[in-house]
Amino acid sequence: MIHKYKLGGYNICLDVHSGAVHVLDDIAYDILDILEKKDTMTKEPDKALFDSLAGKYDREEIQETYEALYELFENGLLFSPDDYEQFADMMTKAPIKSMCINISHDCNLRCEYCFAAKGDFGQGRCLMSFETAKKAIDFIIANSGTRRNLEVDFFGGEPLMNFDVVKQTVEYARSIETKFNKHFRFTITTNGLLLDDEKIEYINREMNNAVLSLDGRKEVNDRMRVTPNGRGCYDVIVPKYQKLVQGRGDKDYYIRGTFTKYNLDFTNDVLHFYELGFDQLSIEPVVSDPKLDYSIKYEDLPRVFEEYDRLADTIIKYRKKGDYFNFFHFMIDLNQGPCAIKRLRGCGCGNEYVAVTPQGDIYPCHQFVGNEAYKMGNLHDGTFNTEMKEDFAKANVYSKENCKNCWAKFYCSGGCNANNYQYEGDIRKSHKTSCELEKKRLECAIMIKAALAEDSDAQECDGEDCFTACC
Amino acid sequence: MSAKHIKTLNKANLKESAVKGGCGECQASCQSACKTSCTVANQKCEK
Repeated sequence: MIHKYKLGGYNICLDVHSGAVHVLDDIAYDILDILEKKDTMTKEPDKALFDSLAGKYDREEIQETYEALYELFENGLLFSPDDYEQFADMMTKAPIKSMCINISHDCNLRCEYCFAAKGDFGQGRCLMSFETAKKAIDFIIANSGTRRNLEVDFFGGEPLMNFDVVKQTVEYARSIETKFNKHFRFTITTNGLLLDDEKIEYINREMNNAVLSLDGRKEVNDRMRVTPNGRGCYDVIVPKYQKLVQGRGDKDYYIRGTFTKYNLDFTNDVLHFYELGFDQLSIEPVVSDPKLDYSIKYEDLPRVFEEYDRLADTIIKYRKKGDYFNFFHFMIDLNQGPCAIKRLRGCGCGNEYVAVTPQGDIYPCHQFVGNEAYKMGNLHDGTFNTEMKEDFAKANVYSKENCKNCWAKFYCSGGCNANNYQYEGDIRKSHKTSCELEKKRLECAIMIKAALAEDSDAQECDGEDCFTACC
Repeated sequence: MSAKHIKTLNKANLKESAVKGGCGECQASCQSACKTSCTVANQKCEK
């Protein structure tokens, strides 16, 4: 299977099952137009191919280009076969290596679009006790088998509302990680309101990643991200984020925004982040009931695609003049990315990844929290539904009907199971709007690679530095 | 690969990675950044 498209002045072809990406001239692109349906090649082109292109190109040129394409075919870089289904059941018995600890089911903001029901996930406002957090750490250690790297993120609600327990939990995990041959990597997601110098110093010391919520320009942010009395938070949080990022060193962070129908010109928000001094940026479409005014609906896609194109063009222009910022959803590593096994089932929710609540309840991920049908167990009574874990483990690109023949299957890996459930009522039914957004972002990401590769062959990605140098 | 008609951007190794892969040490996909969608291609391999 191939996926070919034109974008930004480039003719691009992705060979889906090898992962090869080719930039083509017009004649090669036109030949693939004809070959695409056959999904294979013969050594010699058939007469019909010459006939189809006769008015446009001369015969010798068609023959020469065909031979170049055939060489790719022979080398497994074009129309390569799909032989990955044999790996689909690998890792169904995978250990649990990642955990979202909802350390606070309370929040000091009341963001309009919050998927956590304004902070409490519809379960009442409360904070996690250290006793429960300790059990969460014990749970992941006990269930992580031989996995060494364990990812734990502090989430909510607003984690800084329960920061003492965050610190106690980190301290506890660090105190036992050597004994169990584990290495914890912590992330905290915050709305920034309660940040102070002490917390900034702690986060920059202990958290491998910090996700800092901000939607962009002041008027955009303050329309949705408001305090309980309706005031916007931009002026309070931006200086705190700037201070945190200045002291971040080489540790990861993201300025993480949400765009809604109210700011479909979100390139301006990305650029605003950059102007504020941030260079690790993520902004993505709101997850919400389609009936709400601000939700992104299927009919909004042409406008959103136009904006992704504008953002991609902007990134290329910035890079070419030496200005760098990283946009999370355009990051793609064509050489050293995740293995094919990982790409078969994506996020790992409910199998390798779980979320726990202040009550000690366990869910497949943070987006399932509060959905009783998806409660997997409880830390206090020791219950855990292994059948549900197995069901999530088997949710892979070959068990999802719309994914197995999709060109993007090894890049989104079946999409977000929570989105599938929320919008389609089934973790295996892909959500069309999310799919189209993902495909568009991938097309842009690959096009950016093509543009930067063309700009300077001398600086062409060599694979080793690709992830940070030009992604 | 660089040619008159085609420029190949990467060393495609998806098939090779299937044979050698599956160590499971990489992070869960959306967990540490976006939290509301799934993009796997931007994850780092831990090997």
